[in-house]
Amino acid sequence: MKNLRLIVRRLLSGLGVLWGAATLTFLAVNLSAGDPAMAILGGPGAMPSAELIAKVRAEYGLDQPLIVQYGQYLGRLAQGDLGDSYNLRKPVGQVIASKLGATAQLSLSAAALAVLLAVVVAVLSANRAPWIRSLVSGTELVVSSAPSFVIGLILLLVFAFGWHLLPPSGSNGWRALILPSVALALPVAAVLSQVLRQSLEDILEQPFIAMARARGMSETGVRLKHALRHALVPLVTLAGFVFASLLGGAVVIELLFSRQGIGRLMLDAAVSKDVPLLLGITLLAAAIYVVVNFLVDLINHWVDPRAKAV
Amino acid sequence: MSLSINQNVPAGLIHIARPRSTRRWAVRPGLLLAGLFVLLLVIAAIQPGWLVAGDPFQAISRAAYSAPGSQYWLGSDENGRDILTRLVYAARPSLVLGVSATAIGLLFGTVFGLAAGLGPRWLDGAVMRLVDVLLAFPDLLLALVVITFFGQGQLNLIIAIGIANVPRYARLVRAQTLVVRGAGYVEAATTLGLPRHSVILRHVLPNAIKPILILATIGIGGNIVNGAALSFLGFGAAPPAPEWGGMLAMGRNYLANAWWLVAWPALAITLTVVSISVIGRELLRRSEGKRS
Repeated sequence: MKNLRLIVRRLLSGLGVLWGAATLTFLAVNLSAGDPAMAILGGPGAMPSAELIAKVRAEYGLDQPLIVQYGQYLGRLAQGDLGDSYNLRKPVGQVIASKLGATAQLSLSAAALAVLLAVVVAVLSANRAPWIRSLVSGTELVVSSAPSFVIGLILLLVFAFGWHLLPPSGSNGWRALILPSVALALPVAAVLSQVLRQSLEDILEQPFIAMARARGMSETGVRLKHALRHALVPLVTLAGFVFASLLGGAVVIELLFSRQGIGRLMLDAAVSKDVPLLLGITLLAAAIYVVVNFLVDLINHWVDPRAKAV
Repeated sequence: MSLSINQNVPAGLIHIARPRSTRRWAVRPGLLLAGLFVLLLVIAAIQPGWLVAGDPFQAISRAAYSAPGSQYWLGSDENGRDILTRLVYAARPSLVLGVSATAIGLLFGTVFGLAAGLGPRWLDGAVMRLVDVLLAFPDLLLALVVITFFGQGQLNLIIAIGIANVPRYARLVRAQTLVVRGAGYVEAATTLGLPRHSVILRHVLPNAIKPILILATIGIGGNIVNGAALSFLGFGAAPPAPEWGGMLAMGRNYLANAWWLVAWPALAITLTVVSISVIGRELLRRSEGKRS
């Protein structure tokens, strides 16, 4: 019962954030200087006649009062209709759906790689000799400071153009996915492993760890079976936050590796001022953030019984 | 939708003190190097002529793609311009962007955070819901949207990245304000009959913002990265102007035959951000050490 109430509350607050995001995008479109009817007809350069403009205004409901337009906009959004792209002359939802797969592939593989790397590095390096810790945390500092596109460029320089091991660009096949995923994953992995090691080290000093050791458990067993489980709790929250932002990183990485995808689409939309497409993708990013955080809350609630007291 | 990490860390951890004094000394050389590098950057930003003699725009086409050597220490680019000179001249836009975008974020974040933390409940609720909504947009995407509406260029880049910073600082300032508001010295000042605005300006604001200033130092590095990413994407200053992100974007086309076009700007950005984080973390550690 209490669980259900919590889920409903989180769901409602997530919907509230989405509604706010939709309202902000609506305001952004209507406060921006350009006339949407002109943009639909191909910008001021197209010199449409006054009748044509009036026709488009009536067709898109632009002659209605703003509050009515807002209601219609929300109604269309609720049905999954994000409007039409100015440039591609196709529904935004359709355009996004056609590119979503490539970006999902990239960000999911990057996310999996980041978590795997972070867990391995943190478990191996927690509470080790000082020189190992300094080496690892120094590397983490450099990797987490370097932006993903800089890492991507260096990977390209070494693995694609230096040793010719992997293709430098393209969206087909798993070989083309390796370098972009690694570039996107490395900075995230460095941040996650810093946090994970800190919490592992805190937990390795708890009495129940001493208890497990006293029962004769091996060091690896203690780390994997007892400490890691507890240390993952703070990581879940952070990971949710970081993964929701992978989409931002994908913009640069997709350009760098000449991949198809949402990020590339967003960049093209920004360059050509295709407002509906740009805002559609922005709304998608907000929706992903909301869903990820909802899941994170649920997972936290499920993994950490102490949170139930709240 | 709370994102605080701390709430999941159990409060009553049993700490067995590790000998930290040895580690503190081990960190020093790194800190010193970071300080020197930032000093170098500041000099490059104020007076690049003190570090390099050349002109960042001087192009000698027959010397294009020269490998690093005695003539061009770090090589020359596709137009035969000296890369070292351009790197040094590019420090100014990067630092200006990092510092002013952080300042914009901090300024508006403080106004919103203070209003939320000290104002009536409805204002608090409204501001924090708005912050929740803004946090749902990734930084880079928010900046891209701002640039699409306001146009590109160095100034708009700063505004775009600054705006993307506002929600985070607003949330931090609000949290700090709530802590400080209940402190004894604020209560004392109020009891002494000081007017509300002077309590806020003289007691609440300085104490609430001090820990956030340290975080903002680290934030400068993040903003430099975002600025470089946006200028890499082509939203920065127009091409001949020296800019790290722009240099990388150009060098990307010649990866196969001229590694130095990409390697040096990449190194410059990375070293800048690493140095800033090292200094910021040291400040953070000292301030925490003092408090506990």
